[in-house]
Amino acid sequence: MSCWETFTDYALRSIGIGAKLLPKTDFTICQQFTLIGSGLIWNVYFGALALLFGFFLANALALARIAHNPFIRKPAEWFVFVFRGSPLFIQFFLAYEMLVMLPRTGIEIFGLTLTSSWLTKAWAGALIVLFLNTAAYSAEIFYGALRSIPKGDLEAAEAYGITGFAKFRRIQWPTMLRLAWPSYTNEAIFLFQSTTLVFFSGFPALSQQGDALYYANYFADKTFNPFIPYPIVAFYFVLLTLAVIWLFGRINAHLNRHLPQNIRSRIRLRPQLIR
Amino acid sequence: MFAVCATPKAIEGLTWAMCYLTSGKHLDFYWSFVTVLLLLAITAPVAMALGFGGAMAARSQIAPLRWIGKAYTAMVRGVPDIVYFLFFVIALDQGIEYLNHLRVCEDLSQPVFRGLEFHVCAEAKVPPATASPFMFQAYSFGLAVITFAIVFGAFVANVIYGAMQAVPHAQLETAEAYGMSHGQVFRRVLVPQMWTYALPGLTNLWMILIKATPLLFLLSVKDIVYYARELGGTKTQAYDYPHADWRLYYFLGLLVFYLLMTKLSEIVLTRISNRLSKGQATAAGEAMRKAAI
Repeated sequence: MSCWETFTDYALRSIGIGAKLLPKTDFTICQQFTLIGSGLIWNVYFGALALLFGFFLANALALARIAHNPFIRKPAEWFVFVFRGSPLFIQFFLAYEMLVMLPRTGIEIFGLTLTSSWLTKAWAGALIVLFLNTAAYSAEIFYGALRSIPKGDLEAAEAYGITGFAKFRRIQWPTMLRLAWPSYTNEAIFLFQSTTLVFFSGFPALSQQGDALYYANYFADKTFNPFIPYPIVAFYFVLLTLAVIWLFGRINAHLNRHLPQNIRSRIRLRPQLIR
Repeated sequence: MFAVCATPKAIEGLTWAMCYLTSGKHLDFYWSFVTVLLLLAITAPVAMALGFGGAMAARSQIAPLRWIGKAYTAMVRGVPDIVYFLFFVIALDQGIEYLNHLRVCEDLSQPVFRGLEFHVCAEAKVPPATASPFMFQAYSFGLAVITFAIVFGAFVANVIYGAMQAVPHAQLETAEAYGMSHGQVFRRVLVPQMWTYALPGLTNLWMILIKATPLLFLLSVKDIVYYARELGGTKTQAYDYPHADWRLYYFLGLLVFYLLMTKLSEIVLTRISNRLSKGQATAAGEAMRKAAI
């Protein structure tokens, strides 16, 4: 079987397109590269969507955290503490057990029956956990940025008669985003790397459609040789990280476009760790 | 454990709960919390030592040593650490078995890597197949500790290297102008001042180390996650204490455990941070000086 045939069989295997059976014997490097790359589709899916939805929730949470009203501030603080203070791994397990407990027949609200079984699938359940988790981490970053907006900027805005929501929309929010962006880039990379945990989360991989680590683990189990599949995963993630850095770097340049070269904020990568 | 617990089916209410929570399996569950704390207690100092050594090597005057240090600190950037956790454990395991294979096996004619597969003779297996279950547990726990120490050591090395660079250079030059040797400058000026710069990073790492402990479960150690799944699962009438699926509550318990650990660490580390900032030429130290006046 040539490498091209392998590619057509397995390139979209993780989303159920292509050959039904995974290779069982005579594993080639080409098969490993193709299948693990195919699993990466799921990692990108989880990372990209969680980041997109999480961005909006994080903004809301950051605003709630600087609010004076304790009824708004406290819940946001607790949300951030719970999601940042506990391992993502435990959050995955807990969410799975919670979602499994929902009645299988669905929940009836006003005569409508809402099905809930889809929530126990990885594509929805794991995505919700990642979304809430990244929202909490990003909220902390945005909160820090909101607090470090130069006082002079805000005073200048008020001197010009820009107040209330207009001040927020035209001065505070863009400055917050600009200040937060380097840290937020790290958060995005961090999130993409955390998607590997979905494999261990308890959400089952149906009909062998899993993420990159699922296939890497499959090969490592079958061949008893971790030295090929795991470095392939590492290689793919380095590529993914580079793509994220490039994209976020472009946005960073856009956010800083009005500033002279020497005071633009630069993205500095910091080592990423387990959450 | 208690006499009344001899017939678990006959008891009810609070007695039942007490007996249930002190059953043999539950005592194992409580011990597994000790396992987690033990992992933290061993890994943290070893990772600190490795990180300190790595940072010193990265600053070394000797080129090969510096390359090793730089490579070690660069190792953990850009790749998900969970990949290291899976990779290191199997690589260590196979490395140990391979060395043992060279030592004890009689038939060395067959290559160890046949195609993509790994084979050693039965005597070279570590731990031996006849070993007690406890030995297997201890072995995988040991591998986990080494893996955690190496990976976290690299992160610590990054933080400490940065902190050493952050100590004002003029201070080191002043110390040398007073006639101190390289070693004396390092011991008396650089290291004592470095901690205040390193502490935020180390605090962060400690929090992350706490949150990384459930990974023990992935390294097939019977840790708190394992027992929570085991004990929480549905128990039929065949068991002494039948109950429905209670895993949710067990995981809630774990969540509370981790949140408590985080909160406690936050309180302790804030105190250490205040203490270290005393008399330092940093914003925090300056704020403390002003507050004292």
